[in-house]
Amino acid sequence: MIDNIPLNSFLVISTLMFFIGIYGFLTRRNLITMLMSIELILNSVNINFVVFNKFLYPNLLHGHFFSLIVIAVAASEAAVAIAIIINIYRNFKSIDVENLDQMKL
Amino acid sequence: MNSYAYTLLIPLIPFFVFLFVGMAEDKLKGKLGGLIGTVGLGIATFLSYYTAFKYFITDHVHGTAYTSVKAFEITWLHLTEKLTINLGILIDPISVMMLIVVSTVSFMVHIYSLGYMEGERGFARFYSFLSLFSFSMLGLVLATNLFQMYIFWELVGVSSFLLIGYYYEKPSAFSAAKKAFIVTRFADLGFLIGILILSFTTGTFDFQTLVDPNGPAISSAGGAAFMGLSLLTWALILIFVGGAGKSAMFPLHIWLPDAMEGPTPVSALIHAATMVVAGVYLVARLFPVYALGGPVALEVVAWVGAFTSLFAAVIALTQTDIKRVLAFSTMSQIGYMMLSLGVSGYGGEEGLGFMASNFHLFTHAMFKALLFLGAGAVIHAVHSNDMSEMGGLRKYLPITHMTFLIACLTIAGIPPFSGFFSKDEILVAAFHSNKILFGIEYLVAGLTAFYMFRLYYSIFWGHDRHYHHTPHEAPLVMTIPLMILAFGSIFSGLLPFHHLVTSDGLGFDSHIDWMIAAPSILIGVVGIAVATLMYKTENSRPAAVAKTFSHLYRWSYRKFYIDEVYLFVTKKIIFNYISRPVAWFDRHIVDGTMNGIANLVVFCSFNIKGLQSGRVQQYGFVFVSGVVALVLIFVYLL
Amino acid sequence: MTLNDIMFYLFAGSILTFSVLTVTSRRILRSAVYLLFVLVSTAGIYFMLNYNFLAAVQLTVYAGGIIVLIIFSILLTSHVSEKAVVAPVRQQIFSALATAAGAALTILTFLQYAFTPSASPAVEANVHNVGLALVSYGRDGFALPFEVISILLLAAMVGAIVLAKKEKHLATAGNQPKINPDNSSKS
Repeated sequence: MIDNIPLNSFLVISTLMFFIGIYGFLTRRNLITMLMSIELILNSVNINFVVFNKFLYPNLLHGHFFSLIVIAVAASEAAVAIAIIINIYRNFKSIDVENLDQMKL
Repeated sequence: MNSYAYTLLIPLIPFFVFLFVGMAEDKLKGKLGGLIGTVGLGIATFLSYYTAFKYFITDHVHGTAYTSVKAFEITWLHLTEKLTINLGILIDPISVMMLIVVSTVSFMVHIYSLGYMEGERGFARFYSFLSLFSFSMLGLVLATNLFQMYIFWELVGVSSFLLIGYYYEKPSAFSAAKKAFIVTRFADLGFLIGILILSFTTGTFDFQTLVDPNGPAISSAGGAAFMGLSLLTWALILIFVGGAGKSAMFPLHIWLPDAMEGPTPVSALIHAATMVVAGVYLVARLFPVYALGGPVALEVVAWVGAFTSLFAAVIALTQTDIKRVLAFSTMSQIGYMMLSLGVSGYGGEEGLGFMASNFHLFTHAMFKALLFLGAGAVIHAVHSNDMSEMGGLRKYLPITHMTFLIACLTIAGIPPFSGFFSKDEILVAAFHSNKILFGIEYLVAGLTAFYMFRLYYSIFWGHDRHYHHTPHEAPLVMTIPLMILAFGSIFSGLLPFHHLVTSDGLGFDSHIDWMIAAPSILIGVVGIAVATLMYKTENSRPAAVAKTFSHLYRWSYRKFYIDEVYLFVTKKIIFNYISRPVAWFDRHIVDGTMNGIANLVVFCSFNIKGLQSGRVQQYGFVFVSGVVALVLIFVYLL
Repeated sequence: MTLNDIMFYLFAGSILTFSVLTVTSRRILRSAVYLLFVLVSTAGIYFMLNYNFLAAVQLTVYAGGIIVLIIFSILLTSHVSEKAVVAPVRQQIFSALATAAGAALTILTFLQYAFTPSASPAVEANVHNVGLALVSYGRDGFALPFEVISILLLAAMVGAIVLAKKEKHLATAGNQPKINPDNSSKS
């Protein structure tokens, strides 16, 4: 199915996705969109794991399982992060990251 | 341990009373604090009398010398194998005598204050300070070594400071407290240096070793010399400087008149009877060293004492504040004691001056405390210290009047009151030693009689002034101490001091030398007569005299401008030429360096604190660009 | 160009387009939907790689679970028509520069590296194999990670509930006084 598509194409996609995620993390002011950017980053990593597994070690499934685990971690991370965001929203009536600079004190 | 071990309780009881009353001050309602203090001191007084009885009568084998006994001693600081600082209790004739003086006067003052201080704010505080003072003074008296004495010496200074500043809301009171503390502290610097030199030359602090005529102290007299005097002499002179500071000898006397800002019972206890004679006690304590090791130092003592007694007597002639008159009279009398020590020799009849000095210390404590407490009763009645606001009080204050008269006669040296005997001994000692000193003292005796009776007539005779309310006699709790002290003033002269307190512990026979006693009575009577002439009824004679000697009068009234000289020296010279440059150096160079470092840190922090913004995205940006930069550097550039 | 190629470029193009849209759209709800498209496209790539189980998990957990969670939280915390506040232009430019540099660097790096694709026979990642591997504990078994991840999920669940639970004192303390930021410069 993928015989004529080089490994590097996948890697370019995942790299771009990764840095787009980082860009989103650095520029979005809303905590939820920052969370979504993190999901993008995790997803690009997943693609990398899977692609390396498929191209370099097709006789094993390690990358595949790592992706599964990352998905599970992402799910739990999203749950906890959203709980925190809702808590912040309750306390500050805002989820703008600019307002959350009290950690420095 | 020996049969005197219980004497440890004498200073410790007041100490625990001080701790208890001081800490429970707020809880003690009404006079409870005062009663606790009085009872505590009463026990200490009883123990003191018991000790005196035991030491002088029951334990003494007739015909032998009184020996000094170490009742108790522990090592407090272990400096080297040979040099340790001990704390203990030394019982010998002068310490026992001082025990009697201190505890008696202190006990009287405790009782008296129950009436005098009634209703004052901080009544319990007053008693806790009084107990602290009693503890310190008793500890000083019983010290076994110079260093312990120094410790208690400073404690006495502190409690004096606290008590002078008792009315600390009053600016004059706290500045007087500071003045007293600073001046005596300054003198104590000399004391400390003297102690160090003395212990350096002799290798010991212990009194028993120091005063041993064959001990290391006296044998070191011929040792290293400095500016023509031996090191030992210098040490003794420096120690005397400390004593002079506490005993208000010229020129370190300036704190004593101002110390009268304290409550009158405090003046009676500290600034008349006990603390100010600490200097005399110090010289007496080290007397054998002075007499045998440093005769030059002893001569200094004599001349300083003589000058102070004359100087203070002249000032006392013109003062109008009754407590200040008494303060200057105290200085004058302490000058007597110093002089008497100064002219004394060591041993037997030669030691007459030593005996006379302690004798006078004893009688003086009685009559001067009586005078102060009487003055307190007068102030209590008319609410003023100023003589011009008093007059005709003998009708209203009969008991005070009688006791005050007794005290005045005593201090004027009229027989058969005690002052006559002790003063006579001093005059005899001076006469046999130095005729000039004798002349000064003879003159001072006349002046004393004059100014005391000037005081007496101004208060109790003349016509009534406009009093706020009719003056009334003080309550019994105040008059009873007056009567007890009057009793002491009359009869303490009959004590056989020449058998009890002598320079070498051996008694000697003494008799009244009428060749000297008769003129001294005479000049006392003359002084009284002149005072009677001028002040018994109000007339223009005092003013006329003051006008005739107007310069002398003004100088005396302004206390010979000594305070002004001090102010000039400290403010104009020391402040401007020493303190100010030092302060400038400290403020600009020392502080400047430190501030510069601090400011640099603040400056740097202020400029880089933006990095610590608390904003997640900024941190993320720095992190990402940092990673990129690192990868660039380590993967591609290196 | 085969159909495979076309499909790959389609997926790749949609991943990149919707990624960019996700992080730039000013409507948060739309961002979430764009993220959903990205995740679905990723699942498509997994299908292309013949990892059907993984693709299914990607669709159910990511697209089904997480996106729904995110949409709920968006609805809880902001109004649908609300537009997101945009970061300052300076911040956008610098972030773009840093990320572009990072991307360029990464791509350059792996393009220079010669990967050697393996020719060994592929193991089929069907449900049978995956299930067996998940519960076996020897070599190539993933029983331990599987257990660890289940504990993690449990902990996350408990934690999320505890965090999001409305506490009594928090419910009333809606307007907590902010600490004055000027304090930091003075202290």
